[in-house]
Amino acid sequence: MTQTAKQFFDEMQGYGGNVRGIYQAYDRWLSAVPTQQLAAKRAEAEVLFRRVGITFNVYGEEDGAERLIPFDVIPRMISASEWAHLSKGAVQRVRALNMFLHDIYHDQEIIKAGIVPHSILTNSQYRPEMVGVNVPNQIYAHVAGIDLVRTSESQFYVLEDNLRTPSGVSYMLEDRKMMMRLFPDLFKKYPIAPVEHYPHVLLNNLRSVAQTGVTDPTVVLLSPGAYNSAYFEHAFLAQQMGIELVEGQDLFVRNNAVYMRTTQGPQRVDVIYRRIDDDYLDPLVFKPDSMLGVPGLLSVYRNGGVTLANAVGTGVADDKATYIYVPEMIKFYLGESPILQNVPTYQLSKEDDLAYVLDHLPELVVKEVQGSGGYGMLVGPTASKSEIEEFRLRIVSKPSNYIAQPTLALSTCPTLVDQGIAPRHVDLRPFVLSGKTVSVVPGGLSRVALKQGSLVVNSSQGGGTKDTWVLERDDVYADQMQSQMAAQQLSQEAVIC
Amino acid sequence: MLSRTADHLYWMARYIERAENVARVLDVTYGMSLLPSDASNDEELWDSVLEIAGVRDIYEASYKDISAAQVIQHLVMDSQNPSSIYSSLRSARENARAVRVAMTVETWENMNTLWLEFDQFIKQDLTQSGLSEFCEWVKSRSHLFRGVCFGTMLRDEAFSFVRLGTFMERADNTARLLDVKYEFLIPMQEANEGAVDYYEWSAVLRSVAAFQAYQKVYRDAIEPTKVSELLILREDMPRSLHACYAEIMPILRQVAGSRQTEAERLAGQMHAKLHYGRMLDIVKDGVHHFLDEFILANRKLGEEIQRNFLSATA
Repeated sequence: MTQTAKQFFDEMQGYGGNVRGIYQAYDRWLSAVPTQQLAAKRAEAEVLFRRVGITFNVYGEEDGAERLIPFDVIPRMISASEWAHLSKGAVQRVRALNMFLHDIYHDQEIIKAGIVPHSILTNSQYRPEMVGVNVPNQIYAHVAGIDLVRTSESQFYVLEDNLRTPSGVSYMLEDRKMMMRLFPDLFKKYPIAPVEHYPHVLLNNLRSVAQTGVTDPTVVLLSPGAYNSAYFEHAFLAQQMGIELVEGQDLFVRNNAVYMRTTQGPQRVDVIYRRIDDDYLDPLVFKPDSMLGVPGLLSVYRNGGVTLANAVGTGVADDKATYIYVPEMIKFYLGESPILQNVPTYQLSKEDDLAYVLDHLPELVVKEVQGSGGYGMLVGPTASKSEIEEFRLRIVSKPSNYIAQPTLALSTCPTLVDQGIAPRHVDLRPFVLSGKTVSVVPGGLSRVALKQGSLVVNSSQGGGTKDTWVLERDDVYADQMQSQMAAQQLSQEAVIC
Repeated sequence: MLSRTADHLYWMARYIERAENVARVLDVTYGMSLLPSDASNDEELWDSVLEIAGVRDIYEASYKDISAAQVIQHLVMDSQNPSSIYSSLRSARENARAVRVAMTVETWENMNTLWLEFDQFIKQDLTQSGLSEFCEWVKSRSHLFRGVCFGTMLRDEAFSFVRLGTFMERADNTARLLDVKYEFLIPMQEANEGAVDYYEWSAVLRSVAAFQAYQKVYRDAIEPTKVSELLILREDMPRSLHACYAEIMPILRQVAGSRQTEAERLAGQMHAKLHYGRMLDIVKDGVHHFLDEFILANRKLGEEIQRNFLSATA
């Protein structure tokens, strides 16, 4: 355990010397609290989460057993100065990605400039159906989840961009509610930026991207239904925004418009916040056997009769094969230098890279492009010899399907596990919202790999979540009067850009 | 509101009500079976429970003979029986889960807690002494469900469809109970030279929580005709057919808005029958005949509600 603490940067302990500044007050509090009491709080949280029904279904498990995502009661903190840097970088990135999506479906200047190769047009996530289609405000990724990891005091990397139907924001909101309930005294000590206004910002943005001329748009959330793994989140967000939670069967297309079936007859729908993948949206255009979508939806969408958020075809921008070009996109579209860095990435379609990677598989992380959920992935340092050899065969048979990255020394955060409090690896997903403005609510989803040594934080792979505390100020010893003043200033600070 | 949402809310309430009524009948029947009697009587008793729940066919597919333990097992835990308490509560919770957005947080948490608590009962042997406690629990959960809806929900369409589900199901269940018991007890009474079986008829009253009401209203010995009047025509008796339709009518008026629906017409017709009808005439035509017609008409109304409001037709 101590070895782990030295090897990896710890959010609380740094490299094992003194407790880092922002954590000092918390550390004093934590060392005064018996571990059994923390475990009791965790048990209390589990009971409450079960009662509220914050559960998810795991694909491929018998009769869709409902499970809780493990919740850790020790928060992950981010200082005000760190957050200023991260949020600025995330906003910059999403602005560039939205411009890239508009460009790639219109004039394709970035290809003409030789920055992104022409082959991107054959990526399976590129949707020819979107060529020439104009979307309101030229926004494609209304909601973006930017996955960040930390490897040292000053080094953060963007691990990936999630621009299709990113999920997890309900945990950001529910974990916070839970922490305020379990440890109200800590919220008095720390100037923690609130996150509860997220649904409000999202709804305002969704309303702002209705077609011109619609003064009071009807916004709905389109879900695959109660058996989807993220159904809780869909229901939660719809409820928080006060909009209808619809399924494909509730909608139909008539006269170039989308309607929902209500007890009072058909009602026009203007904006669809959809949590269904492109492939299932419209059986007439994409997967013909999809029962989740709405026949004819895409035709209405292309003619401007309805807005989809996120837009169709965003997958081409968050594919792992496109990821490597994002820093260049930022320079090309914004004329700025990237604030956040990419992880150095080997493209196995390149011969030199392929040769290097095949020689160094035990040190590297190899990922499938167009993959998600941590399934099509090799983590070299923890994989067995046979797993490595099996993966090698897969790579060799189609190198362009893969990218490789050095194994990152992901930072750890103290976490309550069976043996007591121990460091576990974490990542961070802030949610960037685009509408009239581009903004990030100060917080995010902190995922934690509960297995000792594991670097995979996905909930489908046994990861848990933590509350993320973005501090409003870094002088956490300030008296209460000051923290109250800070809370009043918050509404202005929440919107970054 | 969305037709599908209304559908889920309506069925959620129906399934809760169904579970409560099955629990009521089981509880009272179990109490009856503890009275001294010969074995053949016991079998008839449990057979009538199957008849009330309308599950005799499904039961016979799994069991050769009728016994208390089997009937209880079938009606409490059997997942193959769509009317078992297990199936009803599971369906209620599934419906709730599908539209948790449309109800208040407290209503949803109440439904979810119900399901989590049910898990505890599954582990017990309910065919014996645990049954009464279990039935009490189902009843109190159903009371709690209606209470939390009544106490926390906005008086909008969502509330209307929840209430509609409750009363449609209750009307059906009360009519079935009375019909089966009437058919079962009247011939026995004739065979016994007109002696009314006090225990049997008071059990009928108890299973719809009407025993005290009967004493209060009639201050008289228990008579089948008066029991029927109480459960069919008395508007002030909360589980009577009349009381159910007095609730159903204005709900259908309200959710129809400016439209004229067949559902509202059917409900109005039946309400008039119950409101202005006399027991004298019902007895003349036959109580069994009246109840059979009622059950059919109520089913027809259910189909119209489905067609007018709940089905996903454009």
